[in-house]
Amino acid sequence: MSTLAFEIPYWGQSLLRVLGGIVAVLLPAGTIVYVFLFKMMSFMQSRLGPMEAGPYGSMQLLAEVGKWMQKEDLIPENADAKIYKIAPVIVLLSTFLLVVVVPFGPDAWFTNFQAGVFYALAIGSVSVIGILVAGWSSANKYSLLGGLRAAGQLIAYELPMVLAVVGVVIQAGSMNLQQIVVAQNTFEIFGWNGLGMPFVVTQFVGFLIFMIAVQAELTQAPFDMPIAESELVSGYMTEYSGFRFLIFFIGEFATAGVFAFIASVLFLGGWGIPFSWFGWETVDDVDDWMNIAGPGIMFAKMMLLVGIIMWVRFSYPRFREDQLQRFAWKVLIPISLLNIAVTAILKVAF
Amino acid sequence: MSAALLSSTLGADVNVAQNVAFYIIAAVMVWGAIRVVTTNNVVHGALWLVVVLGGIAAQYILAAAEFVAVSQVLVYIGAVMVLFLFGIMLTRATIGSDTDLNNKGWGIGIPVAAAMLGVLGYVVLDYVGDDVLVDQDEARIAITTQSISDGYLGDYLVPFIALSFVLLAAAIGAIVLARKD
Repeated sequence: MSTLAFEIPYWGQSLLRVLGGIVAVLLPAGTIVYVFLFKMMSFMQSRLGPMEAGPYGSMQLLAEVGKWMQKEDLIPENADAKIYKIAPVIVLLSTFLLVVVVPFGPDAWFTNFQAGVFYALAIGSVSVIGILVAGWSSANKYSLLGGLRAAGQLIAYELPMVLAVVGVVIQAGSMNLQQIVVAQNTFEIFGWNGLGMPFVVTQFVGFLIFMIAVQAELTQAPFDMPIAESELVSGYMTEYSGFRFLIFFIGEFATAGVFAFIASVLFLGGWGIPFSWFGWETVDDVDDWMNIAGPGIMFAKMMLLVGIIMWVRFSYPRFREDQLQRFAWKVLIPISLLNIAVTAILKVAF
Repeated sequence: MSAALLSSTLGADVNVAQNVAFYIIAAVMVWGAIRVVTTNNVVHGALWLVVVLGGIAAQYILAAAEFVAVSQVLVYIGAVMVLFLFGIMLTRATIGSDTDLNNKGWGIGIPVAAAMLGVLGYVVLDYVGDDVLVDQDEARIAITTQSISDGYLGDYLVPFIALSFVLLAAAIGAIVLARKD
């Protein structure tokens, strides 16, 4: 902020950060729902999707939100009303807390947390509590089973996710997301610095494991057992209606966007472009226009990654519960441990 | 302006905003802790415990110990409390109030709790003395994530490895107990 011609007071910065956070969560969520859920899924199923509201159905999202806001907020008679009401808020809150550490430009960050990666992984596990108590407080066997399945799945896939990130941290030599971005845009591949070194090249195994774990953390098909409609109606969300269901719905796609932001920071070079193109040496040399261009670059990378997540979601059938657990514990975790060992050895060797 | 005035009357080194936040969070934590033991529902007790543990993490952040705060969230809220809730919901998690939740010997707990409070209070006061919370920027320079890792992979390597053996033994024990067939 010091590079600006005028100084923004502390309360102004705080207000800007809160507004920025809301935009960084809700704008990707809306775009993802329209582009992928409405249009891409329709295309893959040989239909048009929503066409009536606005040109090409682009206002459909507002119509849906209006519909959900009008619906009655039903609470089952035997439910634990207070916790039933709080549960969706916990889930959405964890998404907002998650976006706080994502850097969008050389100065365009919410907080420059030292252990940013660690923070993101820790906060990502808080939403489990919201999902668990949502299932429990509904006083419904389907909901409880869905909540328990979700918790088991999120715990199992949290581990490979953390372990996949360790490889990136070893290579970048920092847990700070900003420094991970700088590392990817200043490192050289055998003396050639035309493209920097996005870690998707050197950490491809880690990238694959991370994206699979993200797919499972978001409970998107083929990992959607917690809301398996043929077995559990819709799992922990069965009893929810009206705007509380809407909060779960927004939370699902907003979290997809934020995890894709984090993945693009860790593996695709984040907001940066290779610094050698413009002769920048460190992050302090980067021109101010990157604060405008950075969010755009991040948004493009986010759309690419969410596109892959959604493509997989619409293409593959659901795993069985035991296959899911076996896949996490017997395949992903050993591979990611091996990845850490190999990365560490190569880091010392070079 | 008023904050600056307040800090000048209290003494220049006291960070007012930090102190106010400390007492607000501490009040929430104390209330949460009381509710953990007085509530009539197991799941509610567990959720109040989440509030208390989250408050501890917030206090760590106020003290500029970011890494410890994040560890607190990851280990206690993300792992221990989720496991607690998971276990409670798999076994007995009735909605509404349970009447037989109070342990009959709860009176014995009072002197134990009082003794713990005395010991902890003495240790804290004895260690800190008249020191005030350090300025946040100063603390950030002093304790970095790097210095923590240098610490436990350097000076404290032996206790670190010993601890990981304890965890390994616990993990093997759990597997042996769970696989009865």
